[in-house]
This record gives sequence, structure tokens and C-alpha cells, in this order.
Amino acid sequence: MIRLRDVHVEKDGVPILRGIDLDLTQHRIGIIGRNGSGKSTLARLLNGIETPTRGTVELDGACDRKALRRAVGFVFQNPDNQIVYPIVEEDLAFGLKNLGLPKAEIAARIDAVLERFALTPLRTCLTHQLSGGEKQMIALAGVLVMDPRMIVLDEPTTLLDLWNKRAFMAAIDALAHRVVVVSHDLDLLRGFDRVVHVEDGAIVGDGSAGAVIDDYIARSQC
Amino acid sequence: MLTDLHVPGDSPLHRVRPLAKILGLMGLCTGVFLVDAGWLVGALGAVVLAGYALAGLAARHAWAALRPALWVLAAIFAAQVWIAGPAAAGFVVGRFGVLILAAALVTLTTRSSELVDGILAALHFAPRWVPKRRIALAISLCLRFIPLVRSVLAEIRQAQQARGLDRNLSAVLVPLVVRTLKTADEVAEAIYARSFD
Repeated sequence: MIRLRDVHVEKDGVPILRGIDLDLTQHRIGIIGRNGSGKSTLARLLNGIETPTRGTVELDGACDRKALRRAVGFVFQNPDNQIVYPIVEEDLAFGLKNLGLPKAEIAARIDAVLERFALTPLRTCLTHQLSGGEKQMIALAGVLVMDPRMIVLDEPTTLLDLWNKRAFMAAIDALAHRVVVVSHDLDLLRGFDRVVHVEDGAIVGDGSAGAVIDDYIARSQC
Repeated sequence: MLTDLHVPGDSPLHRVRPLAKILGLMGLCTGVFLVDAGWLVGALGAVVLAGYALAGLAARHAWAALRPALWVLAAIFAAQVWIAGPAAAGFVVGRFGVLILAAALVTLTTRSSELVDGILAALHFAPRWVPKRRIALAISLCLRFIPLVRSVLAEIRQAQQARGLDRNLSAVLVPLVVRTLKTADEVAEAIYARSFD
């Protein structure tokens, strides 16, 4: 379980997050908030990309950034910035090589993840020639192939059309992993177990998806 | 186009180990600068072009490799004509042309992951303080992000043209540099998130 205790983040003296306390126990958790509210910073803390200025981010009771990075996969908003190799299978192998896995296991895991998402025909394709939806699926596959315990997605559907968004979220829904999604798409989060509302670097709403989203909409109309 | 940075194939050149290709390229680069006879540079150029034929590559692949460098080659040619005369200028530009074609031949026949492995192998005996994996990754990132930067450039040019700034260099370069640096930050985060140390 990931636990945040009194987490503060400052950048150039500007507070981004202020006193965040969270226990991430639910299967599907959404994070909402206005632009610049600090929700992406909060998501980045969960994977260890961001470090708290004060407070702790614990994984199973321990503050181990490397273990956190290993346990939590992160899918970025723009897959173009996440895909680092020109060919699909090379990119999928990137994280696995970083883990020091043997070649046979790398190949087997790539086969499995490509088959799971019906991406096998893209195996030898050039990544920059893929469509936006395909790129986002490859970015997700590149995270899943590393077998994380939890996946954090930062506005993963922002650049996708309706069809690709549905296909992508269907893939997310089918995952057994714990998932945290940062999104402005409230409909996407309606079925989630829990939604956290972040405003001005603090949590102002936390509870069932319906209640928190309705409160968020009501606040936006004030 | 990056589409042509690697052309899949099963030719003898495709099958040569990446390390051998890298060492061969280094040897050829050294050789091109050691010879001082125009016909020898021409002969090396012919060897490189034979390599294209052996790899089953078309003339357009060689042209695509040379085309982006034409402005630089033209500038070098003009400077050399002024300094040393047309014969010397042709010789110098010929050398660079052979180097570009040879380097492109290596990338055209080698997948980027193999290239990275080859670079790592070539750096095997480098001192411990040399960041071998980082160097190899940096090279693979160059290959990956050439088309991305190119598409950003096209996007910015179109946006500026729409605003009537089609001949304003700074209106294109400033947002290009800003976006490229921002992308670099995000890519670094993504690489970190994927367990690269």
C-alpha cells in the first residue's frame, strides 16, 4: 500500500502541494482538480519521479524511492515523450533491460503484452508512425510489461479521440492492477471506487466518485 | 525521413554485428582523412555505394542521407574555393560526403537497439567513469527524436504561417527550442520512471 504523510512539495519557493495525507487502498482511484492545482505533482510523487520537500511517501511502510519506482508504473499524458526507441518491440524491451532481465524473459514478456492488447502486428513498426491511440497503448504496454503492482496515469486520454479513449479505458478497466488516474474527464472517473479532489495543493474532497465529482461540478458553477 | 533511418532486411550487411559495423565506420572515417588523393576518396565512396547495393538499398536512401547536409556542404565548398581553390574544395566536400553516406549506411542496416548494444560493446574497455549506458541511450534517443523535433518544427511553422509570420526565423526557433527543452525534461522523467539509472 502507498501512504502519503504530511507531504509538501515546493518548486522555486512556490508551494505546489501542502500537507497531503493519503492512503491508497482502493482498486480504482481518480484524481481531479483545476489546471495547476497540483494533481499531476501528486501523481508523480506516487512513482518517485517527484520527491517531497517535506513529509513521506511510503510503500508498504518503507520510504524507498527505488522500490516505489519499481512497484508503480507511470503512463504520461503524451506518449511521444514516453516512447524512447524508434521500434515498438525495442521500446517495450527498454524498461525490462533496465531491470536486468535475461533476453529470453524479455522476449516472452513482450510477446505476452503484445498479444494481450492485440498489438502483435505493431511489433516491428516505427513508433513515430503509429496513430495517437496506438502510441498510448504502446506506452501502457511499456509500463505493464515491467509488471508493476500499481499504475498511475496522468491525463492519459487527453490526446485521444472518442474511439481510442473508449478502447484505452476498456484496457485499463480490464487490468487487475491498482490504478490511479489523473483526469479532467469526469465521466471517465464516475465508476471509480474513490476520487480525490485537489485544489491549490491541498485535498478538498475525498470519497466516493459520485459525491466528489458532483461537489467539484457544483464548485465550478459558483 | 526517419522512416529510412533503419530499413529492415536480411542482407549480409544487415547481418554483420553492430560492433563490427561501428569499428568499420571508425576505420573508414580515419582512412578518408588519412588519404590525400582524390581518386582514393572516390574509391572509398564507391566502396560505400557498393555497400548500399549489397544491402539492397535504393539510391533514394543515399540521397535522403545527403540531402539535409547539402547546405552545410555547400558552405564548406564555398569557403574552400575561396581558401584553397575548386579542386581542394571538391576534395574536402567529397570526404564529408563519403563520411555521411557511410554513417547512414550503418544506421540504415542496424536497428537502434542493436546499435546501442554495439556502442556498449565498443565502450566495454572504456574507463569506469565513462557513463557507457547513458552515452548509448543518448544516441538511441537522437534517432528516436529526430522525427519528433521535425514534426514540432512543421507544426510551429504552420502555426506561425497562419499568423502571417512565415519568414520570421525567431518566431519559429524560439518556440521550437522551448518545446524541445520541455520535451527533453518530460522524456528524462519518463526514462527515470522506467527504471533507468
